Amino acid sequence: MSNMLLEAKEIHTYYGASHILHGIDFNIREGEGIALMGRNGMGKSTLIKSMLGLVRPRHGRVLVRGDDRSRARTWQIAQQGIAYVPEGRGIFKSLSVRENLLMSARAGVDGRREWTFDRVMETFPRLGERIGNGGWQLSGGEQQMLTIGRALMTNPDLLILDEATEGLAPLIAMEIWRIVKEIRKTGIATVIVDKNHGAVTSICDRAMILVKGQVVFDGSSDETRAQPELIQTHLGV
Amino acid sequence: MDFASFLIQTLNSLQYGLLLFLVASGLTLVFGIMGIINLAHGSFYMVGAYLAFVLSSATGSLVMAIVLGIPLALVFGAILEWALFSHLYKRDHLEQVLLTYGLILIFEQLRSLLVGDDVHGVAIPAFLDASIQLTEVMSYPVYRLAISAVCVALAVALYYVIQRTRLGMMIRAGNDDRSMVESLGINIDMIYRVVFALGVALAALAGMLAAPISSVFPNMGSQVLIISFVIVVIGGIGSVWGALVAALIVGFADTFGKVLIPELSGIVVYVVMAVVLLWRPEGILKKG
Repeated sequence: MSNMLLEAKEIHTYYGASHILHGIDFNIREGEGIALMGRNGMGKSTLIKSMLGLVRPRHGRVLVRGDDRSRARTWQIAQQGIAYVPEGRGIFKSLSVRENLLMSARAGVDGRREWTFDRVMETFPRLGERIGNGGWQLSGGEQQMLTIGRALMTNPDLLILDEATEGLAPLIAMEIWRIVKEIRKTGIATVIVDKNHGAVTSICDRAMILVKGQVVFDGSSDETRAQPELIQTHLGV
Repeated sequence: MDFASFLIQTLNSLQYGLLLFLVASGLTLVFGIMGIINLAHGSFYMVGAYLAFVLSSATGSLVMAIVLGIPLALVFGAILEWALFSHLYKRDHLEQVLLTYGLILIFEQLRSLLVGDDVHGVAIPAFLDASIQLTEVMSYPVYRLAISAVCVALAVALYYVIQRTRLGMMIRAGNDDRSMVESLGINIDMIYRVVFALGVALAALAGMLAAPISSVFPNMGSQVLIISFVIVVIGGIGSVWGALVAALIVGFADTFGKVLIPELSGIVVYVVMAVVLLWRPEGILKKG
């Protein structure tokens, strides 16, 4: 078994008085791909934010590479090789495309620098055409490529994509999935939240389904696909 | 107004505006990046002026006082950020205003205890203590030109740091989206500390440079604070270049206002602010 990268144990998170996560356990190992599924408002983004220290869980623990990081700052957790591409993308509009990429560049936890500026440019040729443009001048798809590229510049061991294809045209979304598959092949672990269940289960080895802040299913992607009623019950609209 | 007077007032406007820029640039960065309303920012200007007085009395040289004073101001700023301001980032504006207003009172009281309440003069360095003759009766002091030159050099340096270095990229990014900067594994606490210390040092330097012209007196920080907030608002919160443009506008409006319409000089700057905000409610250079 490869090593554990990120774990959540018995996480309870609240937004004010509303209880969002009800004792969630989560774990991901090196190189693993997990599709985190569930309808809107079931706690997927909150789970991610709770593990990254962006939201503080009221109970439970967060472990990064086996060490308790429940009280760590977000940047300390990110420096452990965890890169986050948030819902709504979060590109820096005052920075050019080049600067968005350069500002986050650093070596990975083990000191490797596989993802350089040039490699990100090769992976996302469209960004190369926009390199001097300001962040605000990009289309939705280009912004998404930029945030994924920016996350890769940190040479992460785990890439978390929250709604990466939300609001993108189908062709652009397909392009994003193709690139995510390429990234998966390099051995980077991924957690993907997306509405396109077919695409995510084909990219990931494992699927987890959240309903009202609890894990109702945790199994391999094959098991998930073998039970269409799972999707129907918990994810259907 | 003849040409020589016009030239003198123009140079005065530039010098005043550039000096205000030193104070306002730190205020706008701290406001834009950390979301802190720092009413104590004017106190750093006062602290700088008193540092210039105390250190130049001790060393006999304003240049020496500035050389010693800048590192002191940086350390002072870093300690203040660590001890107090770092606890304010997640608090609301009311709590920020309460703490920073309290700091004004504390700084003024300390100033009174340590240096007293008298007005003090600071000598212009001998090598700058000269005037350029413009006409038979009018001349312009070299020291004021030197202030403008130092401010221009600092504005260029600030431009370089903010636009061309990684630290500058992180600062601008922090202005856009703090939590995203943090999510990328960048030590945002360190960025905050550096920016805050830099802002304190710039305001203190402005106070040191101004000390020989304005003299050193109690509550000198409060006038500068109010005018600096006007500049931050006119320029667009968080925009250093907006602050530069706004500081020059204020410098000209205030200086020429006093000459051309002396009976209304107290309100000229605020009329300008109102007009700019009617035209651009977000400030001149608010990012898109």
